[in-house]
Amino acid sequence: MIESVTTLAALRRRIASLERIPAGQAVPRVATGHVQLDRALGGGLSRGRLHELFGSIEDEGAAAGLALGFAQLLAGEQPLLWLRTAAAERAGGMAYGPGLAALGMAPDRLLIGVMTEEAMLLRAAVDALRCPALGALMIELRGRAPLLDLTASRRLALAAEGSGVTAVILRIGGEPVPSAADTRWQVRAAPSIPLPGNAPGMSAFDLSLLRQRAGPDGFHWRLTWDSGRSSFAKADEEARDERHDHGQDSAGGYGQAALSGAVVPLSADRSASDRAA
Amino acid sequence: MVVEQVRGAMRLATLDADALALGLTPGMTLADARAREPALRVFDADPHGDQDWLERLCDGCTRYTPIAALDSPFGLILDITGCAHLWGGEEVLARDAVDRLERHGMGVRHALAGTAEGAHALCRFPAGAAADENAALRRLPVEVLRLEEESAVALRRAGLRTVGDLAARPASALAARFGEDAVDALGNLLGLGRRPLAPRRPRPVVRIERRFAEPIGSTAFALRTLEEMAAEAGEGLTERGQGGRRFEAVFFRSDGLAFPLRVETSLPVRDAPTIMRLVQERIDGLSDPLDPGFGFDMLRLTVPQAEPMAPTQLALEGGEARRGEGMAALVDRLSIRAGRNRIQRLHPNDSHIPEQAQLALPAVESRAPAHWPSQEEKGDPPLRPLHLFDPPQPVEVVAEVPDGPPHRFRWRRALHEIIRFEGPERIAPEWWKAKDGALEGESAGLTRDYYRVEDARGRRYWIFRHGLYGTEAAHPGWYIHGLFA
Repeated sequence: MIESVTTLAALRRRIASLERIPAGQAVPRVATGHVQLDRALGGGLSRGRLHELFGSIEDEGAAAGLALGFAQLLAGEQPLLWLRTAAAERAGGMAYGPGLAALGMAPDRLLIGVMTEEAMLLRAAVDALRCPALGALMIELRGRAPLLDLTASRRLALAAEGSGVTAVILRIGGEPVPSAADTRWQVRAAPSIPLPGNAPGMSAFDLSLLRQRAGPDGFHWRLTWDSGRSSFAKADEEARDERHDHGQDSAGGYGQAALSGAVVPLSADRSASDRAA
Repeated sequence: MVVEQVRGAMRLATLDADALALGLTPGMTLADARAREPALRVFDADPHGDQDWLERLCDGCTRYTPIAALDSPFGLILDITGCAHLWGGEEVLARDAVDRLERHGMGVRHALAGTAEGAHALCRFPAGAAADENAALRRLPVEVLRLEEESAVALRRAGLRTVGDLAARPASALAARFGEDAVDALGNLLGLGRRPLAPRRPRPVVRIERRFAEPIGSTAFALRTLEEMAAEAGEGLTERGQGGRRFEAVFFRSDGLAFPLRVETSLPVRDAPTIMRLVQERIDGLSDPLDPGFGFDMLRLTVPQAEPMAPTQLALEGGEARRGEGMAALVDRLSIRAGRNRIQRLHPNDSHIPEQAQLALPAVESRAPAHWPSQEEKGDPPLRPLHLFDPPQPVEVVAEVPDGPPHRFRWRRALHEIIRFEGPERIAPEWWKAKDGALEGESAGLTRDYYRVEDARGRRYWIFRHGLYGTEAAHPGWYIHGLFA
């Protein structure tokens, strides 16, 4: 028994020496403004990691809005690059500056890269993630995106860890596959709180935390964007904060089959760098 | 003989010497010409091809002088001031140029004169032997002034046949009768006034050439040489306190082909490794690789565009470059690899028409991000969508007639029940752009009534009715123009 404890301790030390970022050192986190969400994530979204957001094609506007919100918070005062394919721009519409400005997001700090194909987009993404001057990178992929496999996402994760640039991967109409992402979310549009006269109110989102590498998952929240503060509102009265089992969540088209294989066999709080090492 | 179509008839455009000897003249219809001489060889006119060819010749003539200009449609003008002695005199240079062009099977006439107009005139109108250039010019007919048809005829009627006749008159009388242009043209021809030449290639800020004694077959060696040249260019730019915004490297192959590679940067640059990284990026992106073939015999590096750039000092510890520069380097690299229009920055545009309210400009050329006007009242829901469809996509809508709000709509084969809406926000067309100031008409577009709508599942859309019911359109169409977050 004592022997096994010492072996375990030795093993822990050995792993710690392999880690580029020591396990004890906290990853810098950015608060989203939503209290329960931040608490569940241990302070907010981690910087220098990958965050994956899934949304159906019908929920495209909401998914893009939420991804931009996350990316905007993570970028802070630094520039934000949004990479997408020409096909995505044709199908989903082009980014609209006045709309961004109306949401309190800064279109003057936004760069948009419209790439001809996915392979070129992913290559550009790795290059962009290696540039520490960038605040955050938003990668938009439509459909199945077969090129973003585990290897590709590890490559992105390594680049992000090296430079501290955060990547928000927006997957429109895609199915989750194993990836090196730190968190994985499912986004749906939610009915807004109407203004007087039954006019649509502030943008609201139904958000499910599907997976978190270093913590509990399976939460559901309703987030509202606050354009005045350029952040998410603290909490909503309707917010449901109870934990759900994945299988019982039948509100969207998200099945349980995709989840079972989706978890990458990595231990909690470990960076992807040692996997590649 | 070349023909072109003028007002529906095939007319002769240009003729060779044999055709002229037969008595054919430009402007004659082809049918007339054929009636006189059935065995004509006729070609279609190709003005663009001619222009292309002339431009290539002009570029080739930069071997004599950097200031080579087009004199369309058939001429080239070279300013050889200060260049002639390199070739052993004006006549030798001219002989060399004519020989070179004649080798391509072209008929060439040349003239040397103190002004571009003088050379143009002497080249086209035969002047007899004269004491000097001025005397020769004065003997030319008034047509050399390239005036309008009416003025030329008027001059002849007045008995002024040669340039000399004209030059003898007081300028004020000429200006009063034949217009200011006549006086200007006369002044330019005789070297009194001065019209600057517009060279086809503006003079680059820095230009460095390397000629090899023997063609080199290794691309790697050529690139190393280019790096040395880039370092030299960097020194040249440092002396001027400038940095290059554009660089052009040309690889001349010994068989006459030339590969130009152009790179562009968003901030001024004069650092050789940075330039070489961008050139390498461009080479990687070429569809066919840089092929030395029988070897490169010359390299040329030019900096066509430069901007002031203060000397910089690296941070004392570690030599960390400034943050803005890191971002600029990323933008340059991605722009070169993907194409300069693919990395964009959004700029506000002062228009109330939604699709014209923003401009997506290449990030390489638009450096300073403009300030975006934000919404009037902060904290209100956005009135403009996050995604904009251009062009808008048609939808089927059930709405009250004539101007009621929409109730449900079908888009991409899915039915959306509208439970909340706001509107209409009426956006009028740009009536001031309509023809004849007419309020109604196709050219100005139709009034649009925009609604912000939310469906039962919480998705928010921006849809509009195109045209006012009854007055502008019998059955106004509905379109979806954007998606809200």
